[in-house]
Amino acid sequence: MKSVLAASTAMMLAGPVMAEPTAEVLHWWTSGGEAKSVAVLQDQFKAEGGTWTDMPVAGGGGDAAMTALRARVLAGNAPTAVQLKGPAIQEWYEETGLADIGSVAEENGWADVLPAQLAEHMKCDGQWCAAPVNVHRVNWIWGNKQILDEHGITQPTTWEEFNAAAEKLKEAGVTPLAHGGQNWQDATIFETVVLGQGADFYQKALVDLDPEALKSDTMKGVFDELRTLRGYVDDNFSGRDWNLATAMVMNGEAAFQIMGDWAKGEFLAAGKQPGVDFVCWPTPGNGFLYNVDSFAFFNVEGEDKQQGQKLLAKLIMGPDFQKTFNLNKGSIPARTDVALDEFDDCAKQSNQDMSADAEDGSLLPSYAHGMALRGAQAGAITDVVTNFFNSDMSSEDAVQQLADAVAASQM
Amino acid sequence: MEWLERNVPKLVLAPSFVAILIFVYGFIAWTAWVSLTRSKLMPRYELDGFGQYTRLFASPRWDVAMNNLYIFGALFIIISMLIGLMLAIFLDQKIRAEGVLRTIYLYPMALSLIVTGTAWKWILNPGLGIQEMVRGWGFESFAFDWLIRPEMAIYTIVIAAVWQASGFVMALFLAGLRSVDTEIIRAAQVDGIPTRRIYSAIIIPTMAPIFLSAFIVLAHLAIKAFDLVIALTNGGPGYATDLPATYMYAMAFSRGDLGQAAASAMIMMMVIFAIVVPYLYSELRPRRDQ
Repeated sequence: MKSVLAASTAMMLAGPVMAEPTAEVLHWWTSGGEAKSVAVLQDQFKAEGGTWTDMPVAGGGGDAAMTALRARVLAGNAPTAVQLKGPAIQEWYEETGLADIGSVAEENGWADVLPAQLAEHMKCDGQWCAAPVNVHRVNWIWGNKQILDEHGITQPTTWEEFNAAAEKLKEAGVTPLAHGGQNWQDATIFETVVLGQGADFYQKALVDLDPEALKSDTMKGVFDELRTLRGYVDDNFSGRDWNLATAMVMNGEAAFQIMGDWAKGEFLAAGKQPGVDFVCWPTPGNGFLYNVDSFAFFNVEGEDKQQGQKLLAKLIMGPDFQKTFNLNKGSIPARTDVALDEFDDCAKQSNQDMSADAEDGSLLPSYAHGMALRGAQAGAITDVVTNFFNSDMSSEDAVQQLADAVAASQM
Repeated sequence: MEWLERNVPKLVLAPSFVAILIFVYGFIAWTAWVSLTRSKLMPRYELDGFGQYTRLFASPRWDVAMNNLYIFGALFIIISMLIGLMLAIFLDQKIRAEGVLRTIYLYPMALSLIVTGTAWKWILNPGLGIQEMVRGWGFESFAFDWLIRPEMAIYTIVIAAVWQASGFVMALFLAGLRSVDTEIIRAAQVDGIPTRRIYSAIIIPTMAPIFLSAFIVLAHLAIKAFDLVIALTNGGPGYATDLPATYMYAMAFSRGDLGQAAASAMIMMMVIFAIVVPYLYSELRPRRDQ
């Protein structure tokens, strides 16, 4: 009680002298590991003398938080910082404008420690307007090591090799692929197969939305492969959550899962060791699909809030926070200069590949996780993909529908 | 004082009148306006013609949603009414423990649709529910996997919705059956008319207004059906069980495509109008026979 009193007196005394940084932070990190991760940021912010108002809005993979954000912006009272990612940052910038945090970025040399592709996502009209927290790699295959060893399966480097391995497993009575029939999971598999056709093709089809690429024979081949993969999934997959699919791999009910590295959190939480109990392989083909969480800063009134934004931006990109946060979350730091000694082997490989792929242009944004396209376009593609995966549509029809849907969504 | 007496009813009604004017009709007008713009994440107000409607009708997903509405609406209304009527007639036979049975049949209505959807999701899941159970009894080839078959999944929603609503329809019909003048029925019985004829020629025709009420209640339940789909299939497999309401939700809240969502909301409203307006017309016009 005494300390609370003392603290509040201190705050009252300090108040008039210098604006105290305050931040109201809208995010949807509410599950166990995520909440722990965001608490790290909160503690650091408080330690620097700031006042943190937490505004967690759970539900719908961020949909509920975005609804809350819309209401706040319409009311002319935007939160100080909002968990936003990908092109949504620029979309919001066009709608309402975002605060310029260029001074923090310059001071701390963000441009030198972020891969150029990632840095581009954090800029609006050339100005820094968001700060990245982590990098998830989406194109991973998670495998049950025991099953794979038993059947002598090694890392597939092409989708043909993957199919061969899956056939072998299927004959042996093992479900080759654990998958959940939710539209974003279908989209995740789809984009990894697209990446398997080469980074150039991925860039053209899912980033530039080139109609030629969308209707090409290569895309038909992608849908053919998707149909093949559908055959490796058990019949009971409709509506299954991704973590239940991960559990199937863990418990030996299935051999593989294609999922981003948040799946690793499930393995680690169950006490499994990478390389001992499970393997993490990049999906066939050369490339790295990233899903970067970040915080965007809205225009706010008041010195204290603007100070809060600057402090928050500085802390988010601080090497210390990047390390602690990502150890909790299972992803890797967005900064390339953080020592990874405490991270597991999968994270180390992820980091290594990120640097290598940033060089040769195969570091690409994940479309399925809202990094490559705006909501309407990404949604149009996902509709076609999920409809294809869950029906007996032909690949010819699928490419036609894909091209039509993308064209319509751009109106 | 006299003025006050005359105007109290108006004064009391005024706040709710204003509230309805703004929050119902005002927002309908707002939605109509937004549906004519290119609104994406946030509403914009520059008119842009009927582009959103063109896009809507060109979208295969919207086609699926509307088709599902027809299938679901028709089957849900017809089956619920038939089962409800049947239950009501059986309960009307002066049976023992009627009160208990009536409560049992009415209970599903007390459940939230989310609970109904979740429970039926487990019951219909081929790996957990009925199929697994019957196979466990030794019928290895038994298949009941509608939930995961895109062309059949919409019928699972009909099953769950009928289970929930038919008890309520039964209560409506039971009240209707009881309100039929017993004198007429006795007279018919004295004349030796078989019970089946009494029902089909006397009781059911006099219950026509109840049928209409039941139809209106069920029709609007069908059109706004949302939570049941979200809980039971979440629109899946693929988007095979999307309904207009879930389509609108996806556009407005997941996709940041407000214009499209507004357009779909307007179409939904027109569908409701197409049903409700003839009903209001028939209710409100002066009766010639009175």
